[in-house]
Amino acid sequence: MPVTTIAGREIDVDAEGFLTKPEQWDEALAETLAANIGITLTEAHWVPIRFLRKDFETQKETATLRRVSTVGGIPVKELFGLFPGKPAKKMSYIAGLQKPKGCV
Amino acid sequence: MSTPIVPSFDDEAGSGRKLAIICSKGNLDMAYPGLILANAALGEGVETHLFFTFWGFDMINKATMGDLKFTFVGNTAMHMPGHSSGIHHMLGALPGATAGATAMMKKMIADLDVPEVPEFLELLTASGCHMWACRMSADMNKLTEDDLYDGVEAIISASDFIEITEGAQLLFI
Repeated sequence: MPVTTIAGREIDVDAEGFLTKPEQWDEALAETLAANIGITLTEAHWVPIRFLRKDFETQKETATLRRVSTVGGIPVKELFGLFPGKPAKKMSYIAGLQKPKGCV
Repeated sequence: MSTPIVPSFDDEAGSGRKLAIICSKGNLDMAYPGLILANAALGEGVETHLFFTFWGFDMINKATMGDLKFTFVGNTAMHMPGHSSGIHHMLGALPGATAGATAMMKKMIADLDVPEVPEFLELLTASGCHMWACRMSADMNKLTEDDLYDGVEAIISASDFIEITEGAQLLFI
């Protein structure tokens, strides 16, 4: 697996660029990850990102969009607004997690 | 310093990829493939259109959409997911067999945290899905837009649908 330099740090990523070691992530890194994909984080963005991190601690896998909505309580429409185009993948990238595996 | 490896999320979203799915079946097990693929496409930023026709109308008819059934009768697969042994289709015709099989399949779907059809439609609407109802099916069933799920944009003709989905990839289910 490749190692890339993000915000002056050596970060382990997969071929696409998703972080493979969630422990290398912190909130400062998230700002740079977001900027890498053209997103400026606001408080509204942090709500799902923090949910993803928290959920990952217990579930050991990345929450799907539906889970962020049903368990995290953030409407799907809002997620599409915050992370346009591919919300599930964009959120997990910024949260330093792998993209979700579930179909729904 | 080399360029960091960053996923290229906006490649496809910007490519104008478009997907159209024709939903023509009203069985519970035949409703899900279209819904799941539409959801996946929307999550990838693909413009997605669903066209409900014939028995697929049951998926958007408020009177039936929450009550689709799974049956062994006339079903060539004739087994429950996760069980390889088949059930003789004559047994599937016994009273209660369809209700039992439907309940079992609904539970399996719920266990995977996949929503029931009406809630799934809401999810797709929230994700920006376009939904269209077939004019001929509406006329045959004597239904109007008031009878249909609110996210359905309009009852349109087959040629309207062909026009709307110009350049789209097409799936018939």
